[in-house]
Amino acid sequence: MSLPEPGLAVDSVTGIDVSLAVAGPGARSYAFLVDWHIRLALAFAWYAFGALLYNGRASLAAPVNPTGRWFVLVALPAAAIYFLYHYVLELVMRGRTPGKRVAGVRVVARDGGPPGAGALLTRNVFRLIDCLPLCYGVGLVAVAVTREHVRIGDMAAGTLLVYERSAAPLIELRAGAALDAGGVEIVQELLARWAALEPEARGELARRVLARYAGDTAGNADGGASDHDLRQRLERLVGL
Amino acid sequence: MRARDSGAERNRALTASLLKRASLWREADERARRLAHGRSPDAADALSLADDYRLLAHDLARARLLMPDSRAREYLEAAYARAHATLHHGAWRAGAALATLLRDELPRVVAALMPYIVWSTAIFVLTVAAGFALVHRYPELIALFASPDLIASVEHGRLWTQGLLNIVPSSVLSVQILANNIVVSLFAYCAGFFFGLGTLYILGLNGLMLGAVFAFVTAHGLGAQLAAFIVPHGCVELSVMCLSGAAGAAVGEALIRPGRESRIESFRVAALTSGTLLAACALLLVGAGLIEGFVSPDPRFPAWSRVAIGVGYWLLMLALLSGRLLRRRSAPS
Repeated sequence: MSLPEPGLAVDSVTGIDVSLAVAGPGARSYAFLVDWHIRLALAFAWYAFGALLYNGRASLAAPVNPTGRWFVLVALPAAAIYFLYHYVLELVMRGRTPGKRVAGVRVVARDGGPPGAGALLTRNVFRLIDCLPLCYGVGLVAVAVTREHVRIGDMAAGTLLVYERSAAPLIELRAGAALDAGGVEIVQELLARWAALEPEARGELARRVLARYAGDTAGNADGGASDHDLRQRLERLVGL
Repeated sequence: MRARDSGAERNRALTASLLKRASLWREADERARRLAHGRSPDAADALSLADDYRLLAHDLARARLLMPDSRAREYLEAAYARAHATLHHGAWRAGAALATLLRDELPRVVAALMPYIVWSTAIFVLTVAAGFALVHRYPELIALFASPDLIASVEHGRLWTQGLLNIVPSSVLSVQILANNIVVSLFAYCAGFFFGLGTLYILGLNGLMLGAVFAFVTAHGLGAQLAAFIVPHGCVELSVMCLSGAAGAAVGEALIRPGRESRIESFRVAALTSGTLLAACALLLVGAGLIEGFVSPDPRFPAWSRVAIGVGYWLLMLALLSGRLLRRRSAPS
C-alpha cells in the first residue's frame, strides 16, 4: 500500500514529514462531475420551486417582463447556488465539497492545511481560464501535463487536490491475544475488503485464517458456516 | 543466519509493541478531528494535541520502517496529517478572516500593487482619450463601439438611459449591472494569465468604448446628461476597472519576468496577492451596481446629490483601500 506518485511531503517540526498523495485527473473529473450534478440539481430545484410559487400555476417559464421580486427571489438565488457552490462549500467544509467527499479527495494548501479564503477565491476565479475553450479544456490539459496534476486555478492559489486517506477501523493488538502483528494485519485487510470479495473467496480466506490463528476447524469441517458466521468469528478473533 | 533470525524476531517484537498502541492513535485522531471543527472548552484537552502530534510522529516513523505496506501505517499517515493540519491551522472563523483581509491585508496589497495601479490607470485614461479623439474626428467609427439602437437613440436626441426605469425595475437593473461588472473585473484579472495581454485588451477595449461613446454623445449635445448619469456609480466602477487591470497586470508580469523564482512560483505569489484586491473590487462593485440601478437612471436625484453620492462612495473606497476605514484604534497608554 505504498503511496501513489506524486505525493506532497510537508516538513514538520518533529522531523517526520506529513505525506499526502496527490489526486490525479480521474479523481478530479469524478469529483467535478458529481459536484456539477449536485449544483445543477440544487439550482434547478430552487428555480422550479420559486417559479411555481411566483407564477401561481404549474409553469416554470420566466415572466416576459421580469420584476424585481422575480430576480431577487428566483433567478438570483438559483444563479448564486450554481456559481458560488464550489467557493462557499470549499470554504465551509475546509477544502471539501460533496463531490470531493464521494471521490475521496480534498483541496489543501502547500503546507498541508486547509486553504485560506483568499486562496480558495483565487482558485475558483481562475475557473474562467480553466474552462476555456469548452468543457474545462485548459484545466484538463494542465492537469494532464503537470507533475502534481494541478489546473491553472490551483497553480494560482498554491493549492493541490490530495486523496483523503480512509480511516479504516484500526484493530489493536491485545496482550495475550491469539493473533500476532501479522495476523492482525491480515484480518484487518480481510475485513476491510470483505464486501468487495466474492462470497466463495472470502469464505475460503476466512476459514484459512481461523484455522491458522484460532485453531478453528469447525468452518472447514462442515464447510457450511455461513458468510455472516465467518465474519463474526473473525471479528471476535480481533476483539471487535 | 542466526543474526538474521534475531533481527527478524526483533522487528516482529517491535511491530507487536507498536500495534498495541492503536487505541492511543485512535484517541489522538478523534481529538484532532474534534478540535479541527471548533474550540475545545477544556484547555488541557487542546494542549494534549501537541503530545498527540509527537506520539503520532514517533509511531509513524517506526511504522514506515517496520511495516511500510500495512493498514496501520496508512492509518497513522492519515491521523498524523490531520493532527498536523489541526495544530497548525486550528478552527476557521469567517468573521475574523474577513476582518483581517479588509483591515490588514488589503492596504498592504494596494501598496505593493501601486505601480501597477498607476500604469493601468494611465493606460485606461489614454485609451479613453484615444476613443474620444477617434470618434470626434471620424464620427462614423462609432458603429465599431456602440449598438445600432444606442446610435439611433442618441441621433434622436435621447440618451438610452432615459426612461430606463420604466422598462426595467431598479432591482433587476442593479443585479444585471453588478453581475456584468464583476464578471468583467474577474476576466480582466484572470486574463493576466496570458502574459498580461488579455488584461491589456480588456482594459483598452473598455477605455476605447467609453471615450468613443462620450465623444458621440457630446457631439449630439448630450454630454452633460451622460456625465450626470455616470458620476454616481462611475467614479468607483471605473476605478475598480483600473484596479482589476492592475491585478491582471501583476499576474502577467510575474509570468513574463519571474525573477529568481520559478515562473509557476512567481505566478502563484502574484495571483494570490492580487486576488485579495479583487475580493475588495467585487464588494465595491456590488455597491456601484446598486447605485447604478437605483440612483443613476432616476431623474428625481438632482445633480448635486449625484455628485455627492459618487464622490462620497469614491472617498469611501479610498479609505477602504488605504486601510483608514477599518484601522484599529490604538489602545490608550
